[in-house]
Amino acid sequence: MFKKLPIMLLTLTMVLVLAACGSNGGTTSGSGAGGDTGSTGETGSSELSGSILAVGSTALQPLVEQVSQKFMADSKYANVSVQVQGGGSGTGLTQVSEGQANIGNSDVFAEEKLDADKAAELKDHQVAVVAMAAVANPGANVKDLKKQQLVDIFTGKVTNWKEVGGADQKIVVINRPSSSGTRATFEKYALGEKTEDPAGSIQQDSSGTVKKLIAETPGAIGYLALSYLDDSVAPLSYDGVEPTVENVEAGKYPIWAYEHMYTKGEPDAATKAFLDYMLSEDVQQSDVTELGYIPMSGMQVQRDAEGKVSQK
Amino acid sequence: MEHSKVTPREAQRRRLPLEKHRLEDWIGRIYTSICVVFLIAVIVSIVYFVTSKGVATFAVNGVSLTEFFFGTHWAPDAAEPSFGALPAISGSFMVTLLAALLASPLSIAAALFMTEIVPTFGKRILQPAIELLSGIPSVVYGFIGLTLIVPFLRDNVGGQGIGVGAGALVLSIMILPTITSVAADALASLPRGLREASYALGATRWQTIYRVVLPTVLPALLTGIVLGMARAFGEALAVQMVIGNAPYIPTSLLESASTLTSVITLGMGNTAMGSIQNNALWSMALVLMLMTFVFILIIRLLERRNRI
Repeated sequence: MFKKLPIMLLTLTMVLVLAACGSNGGTTSGSGAGGDTGSTGETGSSELSGSILAVGSTALQPLVEQVSQKFMADSKYANVSVQVQGGGSGTGLTQVSEGQANIGNSDVFAEEKLDADKAAELKDHQVAVVAMAAVANPGANVKDLKKQQLVDIFTGKVTNWKEVGGADQKIVVINRPSSSGTRATFEKYALGEKTEDPAGSIQQDSSGTVKKLIAETPGAIGYLALSYLDDSVAPLSYDGVEPTVENVEAGKYPIWAYEHMYTKGEPDAATKAFLDYMLSEDVQQSDVTELGYIPMSGMQVQRDAEGKVSQK
Repeated sequence: MEHSKVTPREAQRRRLPLEKHRLEDWIGRIYTSICVVFLIAVIVSIVYFVTSKGVATFAVNGVSLTEFFFGTHWAPDAAEPSFGALPAISGSFMVTLLAALLASPLSIAAALFMTEIVPTFGKRILQPAIELLSGIPSVVYGFIGLTLIVPFLRDNVGGQGIGVGAGALVLSIMILPTITSVAADALASLPRGLREASYALGATRWQTIYRVVLPTVLPALLTGIVLGMARAFGEALAVQMVIGNAPYIPTSLLESASTLTSVITLGMGNTAMGSIQNNALWSMALVLMLMTFVFILIIRLLERRNRI
């Protein structure tokens, strides 16, 4: 019996090697298969099938994941499987642009990350709005900051809270990594300029850690999505406008961004069904609001890639 | 005497298993060769991939080597991007050396206690317990650091709590088991005669340890320390959680700083493949990889000395 062991091992290795090669080819053919389901969808067959891979923004990931579970549980879409992966906005945009993923989730417009010609190939589907607020440690004793004061704090010009009318406490800036989508949004719409980290500032990637640090560190300031706000931290008004969902929807409070789901060109039938499902009133009013995003339908203003705001 | 008379039939019967064994031998040889070729292919392709990506920053994007290695300004996303990686490189070395300084005396003393002072208890209970430490995932260390060490430093030492000091503390705990187990193994493998000769000459236990045992196992102890440093240098998650990640060379131990690994983990998901920001991260990965090679080289050299 044992004499056959080497042969078995050899076969096993060959199978493994072949499998490894096979899965490599599988990713490329996967998008091809997605294309095929597109044609069956167009012929009017009610049975959608295919697999969708959505990759990218970790800020958007929980929403897409939750909605994909609901989507797959729906008997209408029983043959469609949706896979959601994180990796960050940059990863999502790169992978959808290269055809490795069907959907690229992103916190920022593709134009801000990719070359213009690559970004032009992508089709933008805005599925939700996420708003954020500048947040301070409650001990700082500040309720409202003007835009210029925020800029001065985040560029390190102002280093003590008493300079902006707060307690006599050293300011500790808690930032996001310079390439993060959250930071890009905050810099673009709250500060109006790209900032460099002042010396001694802290960079953290996850909202949970940022919140924990702001709540614990005396004199800390950072920024968080509205869904993360609670009593342990003090949200700051921006130019006198409180960070609330109503103010964002009315276009009074400017620190918000769309959550994008990009496809390369027009989506195939299965992907389109998923995106439509995402934007359906049912999902927008339940999952989107539940997870702290603002539904698209509520927005009374819209904004383009250059940041121009217009009434809807 | 039976051997002298073998019928041709008998010879045939004996040769058959031999052929069979030859075949087995051959299959085994092919199988192991395939595995080794596969392994080498993996190593070569990883080294090639990281190198080609890392070199692109300089070759394709035109960042100068001096700027990368000696520039102190890291702002890859600014309007005028600059790619000075010195803060990250120096941060990596700083936390690694500090962690080794903190952990080495502790681990060597622990290893001495386990092997010289209470050998049976040490081997049965202490060593497995310390090895358990190495099985704890790094994210748990980081989380503990963020929840216990950072507030402790903030309240008792001052500053933000987060910073180089917190990073070095977390790392030193992480590399304790590495250094301890290498040191304990080296001490245990020391010939018994060496110690007995020393005792026979009238040396006390302390004199034996200090004058005989430690000098003899020194290369092995250094190997353990370098192994620990290699682990500390490459550790990303735990450090990233407690070090603060500001791209500056810190002026005090309580100030936020960044390491090569923390810059890579924070930036990799948010940068697009092929962009200069992404390539710069690959260059950092290349530096990390080359440093790991250096560590391995040092360990090899120490081992060679150890053998003599």
